[in-house]
Amino acid sequence: MLATIVPTSTWYLILGAVLFGIGMVGVLIRRNPLIMFMSIELMLNAVNLTFVALSTQLTDINGQTAVFFVLVVAAAEVVVGLGIIVAIMRRRSEISVDDLSVLKG
Amino acid sequence: MELFVFICAAAMVLAGALGVVLRSNPVHAALSLVLTLFGIAVMFVSQQAEFLAAVQVVVYAGAIVVLFLFVIMLLGVDRAENLETEPLGIQRPLAIILSIGFVALLVTTIVQGRDSLNMRGDGLITADSGDHDANIRQIARSIFSDYVVAFEVTSVLLIVAVVGTVVLARKRKSEKDLSGVSA
Repeated sequence: MLATIVPTSTWYLILGAVLFGIGMVGVLIRRNPLIMFMSIELMLNAVNLTFVALSTQLTDINGQTAVFFVLVVAAAEVVVGLGIIVAIMRRRSEISVDDLSVLKG
Repeated sequence: MELFVFICAAAMVLAGALGVVLRSNPVHAALSLVLTLFGIAVMFVSQQAEFLAAVQVVVYAGAIVVLFLFVIMLLGVDRAENLETEPLGIQRPLAIILSIGFVALLVTTIVQGRDSLNMRGDGLITADSGDHDANIRQIARSIFSDYVVAFEVTSVLLIVAVVGTVVLARKRKSEKDLSGVSA
């Protein structure tokens, strides 16, 4: 009986929503900028999953093209973000976003 | 069978995501992220987006996570941090309530709107029809015709990102002089 149940796109959309929520918790509660970046990646992946699920559901390839561009932008974002973290860590040894309050001048 | 694949991939995705958020050691968090990314790749395959599944593994698991691990090792922050102390006591409950509310909103929207998801696009040729390269060919046609301007702008974005990172991560001459004087 279980074999006859086929996951519909609604299941994928709900999984994407839950994954986005977990990533959101990560960004909000963690203080390590590296972990916050990883949580942002989780949120981006939730969006990608939603795009692909809707692309399949609506039989439209443009959803998958959007995922392609999201991947490229995510790669660029991580490269620049990690460059900034390296530049900050060269001056401070402890890694916490709370330390960046010195930027407020 | 499809159900079994979905359940396994969903378990991978959720376990990895919770690992990223809850593990105190950044290296463990990065490895949990790999688990999530592979789970997403499996879901892409089961949704007949084979090209994106391959790109997902190569770009995310192969490049982005390795970059994360490089930075973790380079900065020497590969030790567990203390997650018990929280300077702002109300932050965690607030964050969790906010996220649960947001997810509930999204799920309600999805469940309410699932019946309206039946408008058809141009049609998606999948591998089931016997044409095994159909997915790649369709994405290529979409990127290089409809989105060719965005594709070219993307290359500019990547060059800007590379140059920006080199500028950011480079040791400046004045810093070098200063460290030489203090040493």
